[in-house]
Amino acid sequence: MHRFAALYAELDRTASTLAKREAIAGYLRDAPAGDAAWAVYVLGGGKLRRLATSTELRQALAASTGYADWLIDESYEQVGDLAETIALMLPEGDGSLADEPLQTWMEQKLPALAKLESADRIAQLQAWWRALRPAQVFLLNKLITGSLRVGVSHRLVVQAIAQWSGQPTDLISHRMSGPWKPAADALIALTHAAGDDEHLADRPYPFFLASPLEHEVETLGDVAEWMAEWKWDGIRAQLMRRDGHVGLWSRGEERLDGRFPEIEGAAAALKSDGVIDGEILAWDAQEKLPRPFTALQKRIGKLKPGAKLLASAPVCFMAYDLLEHNGSDLREQPLRERRDMLAALIDGVDPALMLSPPVVADSWATLTVERQKSRQRQTEGLMLKRLDSPYRVGRKRGDWWKWKVDPYTLDAVLLYAQPGHGRRSGLFTDYTFGVWDGDTLVPVAKAYSGLDDKEIGQLDRWIRAHTTDRFGPVRAVEATHVFELAFEAVQLSTRHKSGVATRFPRILRWRTDKGIADADKLDDLRRLASG
Amino acid sequence: MSDPLLQPRPEGLYCPAGEFFIDPMLPVARAVVTHAHGDHARSGSGRYQVAAAGIGLMRERLGQDALIDAHDYGETFRMGEVEVSLHPAGHVLGSAQVRMAYDGRVVVVSGDYKRDPDPTCVPFEPVPCDVFVTESTFGLPVYRWPPMAQVIDELLAWWDDCAQKQIPGVLFCYALGKAQRILAELAPRTERTVHLHGAMLRLVESYREAGVRMVPTEPVSDSARGRDFAGELILAPPSAAGSPWMKRFSKASTGFASGWMQIRGNRRRRGYDRGFVVSDHADWPGLIRSVEDSRASRIYVTHGDGDTLIRHLRDLGHDAQSLRVLRSTDNESGG
Ligand SMILES: [Zn+2]
Ligand SMILES: [Zn+2]
Repeated sequence: MHRFAALYAELDRTASTLAKREAIAGYLRDAPAGDAAWAVYVLGGGKLRRLATSTELRQALAASTGYADWLIDESYEQVGDLAETIALMLPEGDGSLADEPLQTWMEQKLPALAKLESADRIAQLQAWWRALRPAQVFLLNKLITGSLRVGVSHRLVVQAIAQWSGQPTDLISHRMSGPWKPAADALIALTHAAGDDEHLADRPYPFFLASPLEHEVETLGDVAEWMAEWKWDGIRAQLMRRDGHVGLWSRGEERLDGRFPEIEGAAAALKSDGVIDGEILAWDAQEKLPRPFTALQKRIGKLKPGAKLLASAPVCFMAYDLLEHNGSDLREQPLRERRDMLAALIDGVDPALMLSPPVVADSWATLTVERQKSRQRQTEGLMLKRLDSPYRVGRKRGDWWKWKVDPYTLDAVLLYAQPGHGRRSGLFTDYTFGVWDGDTLVPVAKAYSGLDDKEIGQLDRWIRAHTTDRFGPVRAVEATHVFELAFEAVQLSTRHKSGVATRFPRILRWRTDKGIADADKLDDLRRLASG
Repeated sequence: MSDPLLQPRPEGLYCPAGEFFIDPMLPVARAVVTHAHGDHARSGSGRYQVAAAGIGLMRERLGQDALIDAHDYGETFRMGEVEVSLHPAGHVLGSAQVRMAYDGRVVVVSGDYKRDPDPTCVPFEPVPCDVFVTESTFGLPVYRWPPMAQVIDELLAWWDDCAQKQIPGVLFCYALGKAQRILAELAPRTERTVHLHGAMLRLVESYREAGVRMVPTEPVSDSARGRDFAGELILAPPSAAGSPWMKRFSKASTGFASGWMQIRGNRRRRGYDRGFVVSDHADWPGLIRSVEDSRASRIYVTHGDGDTLIRHLRDLGHDAQSLRVLRSTDNESGG
């Protein structure tokens, strides 16, 4: 594991995306396939469950160093990270276990640790520490406590694999969607050249994402070349039926199977196989309107919803696009053809499967008027899609635009927290949020309001348990939670490290359905500010 | 406390029996100065006693007109009724511990010190005493310095990396002591020239005059205006970070050499690209070892938040107390 520890140290120390990619690609080249597969798992944010408690780690440290508990506590206070505190305090180990492959640690040694009695576990930790160098001790502790955060995006890992294997990024990205099995054969399967009959039966396609429209809508040219539809506010997902098997995947590449039986039932009733891109919405059939996102949240967490919940919080799948039909990939076909096929496929099948209705207008001016109705329709604005466009991968600008109504919104990651005053003093209620600048998260907004008391309490406990650093009253936290923020405007600012300043940011909601890789990019904000 | 050898006063640490101050913050009649860092050597006092090895630096700091008596390490001189001698502290060139003997008792004020080898100064010498006054800048067991050879390996690898990327590498480090130690540690490893910020020039010159061997250096200001310094190593004081001076190194990779860089959170928070663990203060094992070596029956801890060290020393059975001596913000030797 010395090689992976060195990779981690390198990734931790450099801010350059290029250097990170080189480092990962270099690691993949040198490491045995079994190790590399686990490395991809860990770099992608995969974790083992917690294998030892922090109390056990402290006890092992006290036993290894002879230091008093108070001295360990004070050191931890200063360092802010238990795994690192331990690595810094232990006498240096002899490195005799440094060559043990990452795979062996992940598949044998660490799972065995969890099965031990507490006293044996403490003894085992001490024995491992004696046999590892400080950088490896640090990594091991991070793995054991399930708190390793590497700070590289999914995209960067995909690019590094592409660079190492010589395969196109899109292909790797496609093959990697869905859960990653950390095994040598999976890595080999990931990187072989594409065959014509490549079977990706249980995998969704990478999602095509729209970019915010920053210029006058007229600059898009002839309105007749565009399709407009509402920008629904639910969970973006792919509903697939292949060889009769139904699957439902969120944009975060999480399997949602079992959670939304009415949608899966509708897919089962389709006349033929297909993969549909769309949005899961909590739906009010009487009003023909989506219900608030909180209604949907009740369903997200429920793996096997009962009849009562199904009746009180019904959902629907609002279909946008058809990516595959009877096994053939349609993504290179123009949108107008895909939409026609989609309409034919789902027509009259089931009320839980709806076609996202086009918003028809003969001029940009009429469309601008239509857009004013977005809030009444419980939507965030309009989507504008070029009728000739293929279904692309990721956020490629030009063919798909989101034309939101004010205020602007943005998905940002919680970076810092600070205790509030007044009624909520003592609780962490003042938050700082960041977006991606390359592979680092930079702060762009501070927000105070918007969460309810229950969420604040929950977040407060989480912050205390996941503090990585302290600056006076301010705590840096692990980048984990994504929030949707609304703001009135964004301006270029030289006073801010990010180069932009958001005006009147507030929290719209906690996006528990999103991972940090889904957070917005600084470039988009900059463009918005200068546009 | 009413010790005839040691009394904290607003001006600094006072020795009543010898009627002198050690490292006074304010002008006094008679001062013994441990070393030339700005938070220890203040101008304006009547007469100074310093170690001969640091006389050049002291003149820089205290002014050419200051009355300074220089003493070899170990040489005994009288101040009032007290026998005083200065002993190497291993901190920077000419740094000294102050040994005071009076009425059968010996007190040692160690000033700033370190135990790691340093080619720019005489190593710390343990001096047996009854009362030992120690600093505790890095008074936590998480601070343990890596071998300097390892740090120099990392530094050279970083320099090579900058060369490969055709960008300058700007290493921030304190201008007195740290910079010269790095230049001296580099000397047996490379012949390449290092470029210096203006604030370092005279100090590096003083070290050369004192016979310290360092790599060749050149002032940044000697280079033509448009020079891009691709692949060059530049040393600058931390105060230069973010100043207009940095404009000409806009693409540079930046590093910081300090004991604080031992902690990952500090490395990340400081915003430098690289952190190098180099300190001119004692690490935790160095502090404990020095206390043990002194064989003193009482330990005073000063300089920095010493509560942890005091409590630990008490756990080990020592009579340890805090000795609060005011120091201005330690912006020159801090780390
Ligand atoms: Zn000092
Ligand atoms: Zn000093």
